[in-house]
Amino acid sequence: MNESLRGFLHTLLGSLRDLAPIILVIGFFQMAILQQPIENISAIAVGLFLVVLGLTFFIYGLEMGLFPVGEGMAEALAKKGSLPWLMAFSFLLGFGTTIAEPALILVAEKASEVAAAGGMIGDSLQEKMEYAQGLRYTVAFSVGLAILLGVIRILKGWPIQYLIIGGYFGVVFMTLFAPDEIIGLAYDAGGVTTSTVTVPLVTALGVGLASSVRGRNPMTDGFGLIAFASLTPMIFVMGYGMVI
Amino acid sequence: MDFLSSFVDSLLSTVWDMFPIVAIIFGFQFLVIRRPISNLRQVLVGFFYVLLGLSLFLMGLDQAIFPLGEQMAIQLSDPLFIRGGSDGAVSELLWSDYGWVYLFAAAIGFSTTIAEPSLLAVALKAEDVSGGTIEANGLRVAVAIGVAVGIALGAWRIVVGIPLYYFIISGYVVVMIQTYFTPKFITALAYDSGGVTTSTVTVPLVAALGLGLASSVPGRSELLDGFGLIAFASLFPIIAVLGYVQISEWSARRYENRE
Repeated sequence: MNESLRGFLHTLLGSLRDLAPIILVIGFFQMAILQQPIENISAIAVGLFLVVLGLTFFIYGLEMGLFPVGEGMAEALAKKGSLPWLMAFSFLLGFGTTIAEPALILVAEKASEVAAAGGMIGDSLQEKMEYAQGLRYTVAFSVGLAILLGVIRILKGWPIQYLIIGGYFGVVFMTLFAPDEIIGLAYDAGGVTTSTVTVPLVTALGVGLASSVRGRNPMTDGFGLIAFASLTPMIFVMGYGMVI
Repeated sequence: MDFLSSFVDSLLSTVWDMFPIVAIIFGFQFLVIRRPISNLRQVLVGFFYVLLGLSLFLMGLDQAIFPLGEQMAIQLSDPLFIRGGSDGAVSELLWSDYGWVYLFAAAIGFSTTIAEPSLLAVALKAEDVSGGTIEANGLRVAVAIGVAVGIALGAWRIVVGIPLYYFIISGYVVVMIQTYFTPKFITALAYDSGGVTTSTVTVPLVAALGLGLASSVPGRSELLDGFGLIAFASLFPIIAVLGYVQISEWSARRYENRE
């Protein structure tokens, strides 16, 4: 019990450290430069408390349940050598972790509000929700695809820069055809998708795989999955913007 | 009561959000690996915490982080604040009048990146792979400066309204040129660093900053100009890591030559 309490406190400190720079910078600007009170300070204080508490439980729970099981599984599948299962797992892991990514949930919601206000979609709650969901599923699908592609790269030993440069060309190509309203969001989607849930599990898969395939170096071949996962959403979200 | 009902709403949608990954993990465990999960009880408790935490976290982000970012952007770009109380016509504002906005953007970028634990992990790995040529702390500062410059530049772009893709595509060209000249062992790590530097708390704040700025600067639209800051924050770390490695390699070589 003591052990788990200590773990919880450790995670709590981690969440506070995540938030501290933001509070410090905003506090400094409010007091020294703007010299204005923050609007709704009590609601914001409650919200910040929820952020710290929520982030702590979230990370603590991930480290207790999802990460050990997911990492063990990634390693087991990487060693087992059943290619179809490994590929299915890679895609689904990318897809599932992206759907659970908190930053993406929030950004998709805000994007739907902006799109409704700008007249891109209707203003009903239903339409906004569908737009946000569609966006998240598009991103999740593209991350799944990226992880799959990245795993094939590790197995085949292709140099990463060719794939990345190919991806860049894909982004440039899609930019030519995508409507202007979607480009900013699409470019952002790459950075939004890869955070709390995705990075640890995907890194475990990459490093586990690179250390079990002969001739691969976990240090140099194990990385690069996240890079793909930040590229493909740009391409696919622009596609989503063209369809909608 | 209001709090409770919004919490229940948040919890229900969170269950739905977590469902795919839980189904995938358990499905593979039972169908493919065919071994019981060790510490099943602990894993289940962990999932419960994840649900609880994610629901609270999302509520908090929506209630605090997002409004804070938006408010800061609106207050710092308010003509009254910029003109120091004497109100001039809005159209007279030039891009250079928004100095505090750029400074705020850079400060948020720098401070959140320096405090980011996953960046520390990446930096230590880079130190390891390079056999000490790359210093973990130097790398972290390089990346934090990269993010700071990136977000400030992104804020400037929103103020002046230049299309985003000019910047991002020229950034890609820079990355490609750098890739050509950097040792191969670092490329994958450098490309990954773009994705890991933007944490779950930073992303909503930065997104809100962009949207708030686009809504308050005259002539900008949230839809066309509001997004894009996160793209800057993911591209510039790649350039910074590659650049830092190039500089350390170069200075190491120079040092060897002198001996």
